Amino acid sequence: MSKRIEVNDLHVYYGNFLAVEGVSMTIEAKSVTAFIGPSGCGKSTFLRTLNRMHEVIPGARVEGDVLVDGENLYGPTVDPVNVRRQVGMVFQRPNPFPTMSIKQNVLAGVTLNSKKLSNSAADELTERSLRGANLWEEVKDRLDKPGSGLSGGQQQRLCIARAIAIQPEIILMDEPCSALDPISTLAIEDLINELKDQYTVVIVTHNMQQAARVSDRTAFFNIAGTGKPGKLIELADTQTIFQNPTQKATEDYVSGRFG
Amino acid sequence: MTTALVTPEEPKLDHGIEENPVRPAPRFAWLIVLLASFAASAALFAALGFSIVGVIIVGYVIYLIAVTVTYSAMAGRRKGTDQLMRSLIYGAFVLALIPLVSVLWTVISIGAPAISADFLTKDMYGLKGVVDKAVVEQGAPLQGGALHAILGTLIITAIATLISVPIGLFTAIYLVEYGKTSRLAKSIRFFVDVMTGIPSIVAGLFAFSLFGILFGIGTKNGIAGAVALAVLMIPTVVRNSEEMLRIVPNELREASLALGVPVWKTVTKIVIPTAASGLASGVTLAIARVIGETAPLLLAVGVTMKTNVDPFNGPMNTLAVYAYNLFKFPLNPGYRDPSLERAWGAVLLLVIFVVLLNLLARFIAKVFAPKTGR
Ligand SMILES: Nc1ncnc2c1ncn2[C@@H]1O[C@H](COP(=O)(O)OP(=O)(O)OP(=O)(O)O)[C@@H](O)[C@H]1O
Ligand SMILES: [Mg+2]
Repeated sequence: MSKRIEVNDLHVYYGNFLAVEGVSMTIEAKSVTAFIGPSGCGKSTFLRTLNRMHEVIPGARVEGDVLVDGENLYGPTVDPVNVRRQVGMVFQRPNPFPTMSIKQNVLAGVTLNSKKLSNSAADELTERSLRGANLWEEVKDRLDKPGSGLSGGQQQRLCIARAIAIQPEIILMDEPCSALDPISTLAIEDLINELKDQYTVVIVTHNMQQAARVSDRTAFFNIAGTGKPGKLIELADTQTIFQNPTQKATEDYVSGRFG
Repeated sequence: MTTALVTPEEPKLDHGIEENPVRPAPRFAWLIVLLASFAASAALFAALGFSIVGVIIVGYVIYLIAVTVTYSAMAGRRKGTDQLMRSLIYGAFVLALIPLVSVLWTVISIGAPAISADFLTKDMYGLKGVVDKAVVEQGAPLQGGALHAILGTLIITAIATLISVPIGLFTAIYLVEYGKTSRLAKSIRFFVDVMTGIPSIVAGLFAFSLFGILFGIGTKNGIAGAVALAVLMIPTVVRNSEEMLRIVPNELREASLALGVPVWKTVTKIVIPTAASGLASGVTLAIARVIGETAPLLLAVGVTMKTNVDPFNGPMNTLAVYAYNLFKFPLNPGYRDPSLERAWGAVLLLVIFVVLLNLLARFIAKVFAPKTGR
């Protein structure tokens, strides 16, 4: 239940502003791929094109292809809603729905898509998703309490539970740990490690150690200057990127000699 | 890159934070200053000839100066400025309260005696001028009431709400969730702004002529009045709802869309529930704004002394029109006072309705508010 992503010469625009230029890459199934690079180089922008969340922003558009197991996400007959059901996303800031309880938050993706669930199926899915997000033990006694009453790290894991409850093929995470303490970060990194048995995971991170710890492959993006488009510099096994990258820019960045 | 060594002798630039220490001041110092200022002012006016307004204005000015000086000396300049601004703001607050309290006091003190069980359960049908003569000359109890006006106000406002809430809410949803900055959305916003500014009499004329064209000149009924009120309410509902939908964080919409939820479901299941409390209080306030309209209703609904609960048929009465009408055309022109008392009673009822609506808005806001805590 996981898929391989192939990106061909993708250009990403905000109105007339070219934010990301000419990206081609392959993201392997059942693996963790990390995106690193300086701020503003278009990591988030590119990540959001992989589940067609980019076009939610007015004026935003893309040129090029994204193939998931050979099927073009940007094909004329593809419904973005279906794409998003297959490619889940976890955002930088935890964003549980404030009007819903913990349980309702977990089930939101299913219930909002008008799938009827029997009580027992709902309980079972809640438990499975929360266990999958390493949150079950902490919240099992207060499933009916509001999701916004959890700590930041718990909220983020709740968002992960919500994302995996719809059983996507691919999970995208945009700096999922940037608002979290080291212990919650560790919990989420462990979780990512488990997730890759079932899902294809793509994670954006500013934390080099995190990229090294969790990812199998790492993509380095860079930007030539302000107002210029971001580009993919290289994508390789994480070890290669951190130990002997082919590009000088990558080496400078991962060794902290940036700019 | 060359690293310039900073020579230790280089003088430190004096750009840091200005020293402006704050010292503690006695807690009730301002109260003492306040009393002293007003005492001084009163003493001054005792010498000049007494005037309560003069005492208050001069006392306030003395207080402003005295409190600034005292606190600056006692606790530092920042505290002095703080006290000055505080006093100005409290002064503005009291000033704003004066008309409000005065209106409430007048309405309650004059209107309350008129309100009785009779006033709430009877209309004015068939009452002759002689009953008011009896009230004045023999101290007989006030006859007749405002039942027809109460029912008319409730029915017409309810229909106006039923017309304007769906239109207004759907317009706001279109503007925020779909139209965004498109040309259509921009022009709708422009026309809504224009509509906000139309005088209420124009809305009344609109309904009057619309119903005249459709059902014959001079058609007056409750629906026509509701249409006139809806014309006034719709822009308010659109503007209030638009603001409320706009403050729903975009992250929630994105979270929902990223779960593969279509836009319309995101709007109905996430955005509207999150904004529900604001939407509800916006609607209630829009109702409060039109419930006291007089001129458009006078035109579109007409006046009657009889209870009429059929909005499709014939004139009705409403509280504001009832008050206006009794004031302008007393039941017995020779004995105006009983009619005026009824008018004040109707106005008091209107104020009570508006207060109840505001309480209702708060209650609804509380019920729908996003839950926090564990
Ligand atoms: N909504 C938007 N509208 C217009 N331009 C945008 C928008 N969001 C991002 N950009 C621009 O696109 C470029 C890439 O931004 P992006 O957010 O993808 O960077 P990033 O690599 O994720 O940076 P960070 O590491 O700081 O999160 C930037 O120049 C940014 O200004
Ligand atoms: Mg980013």
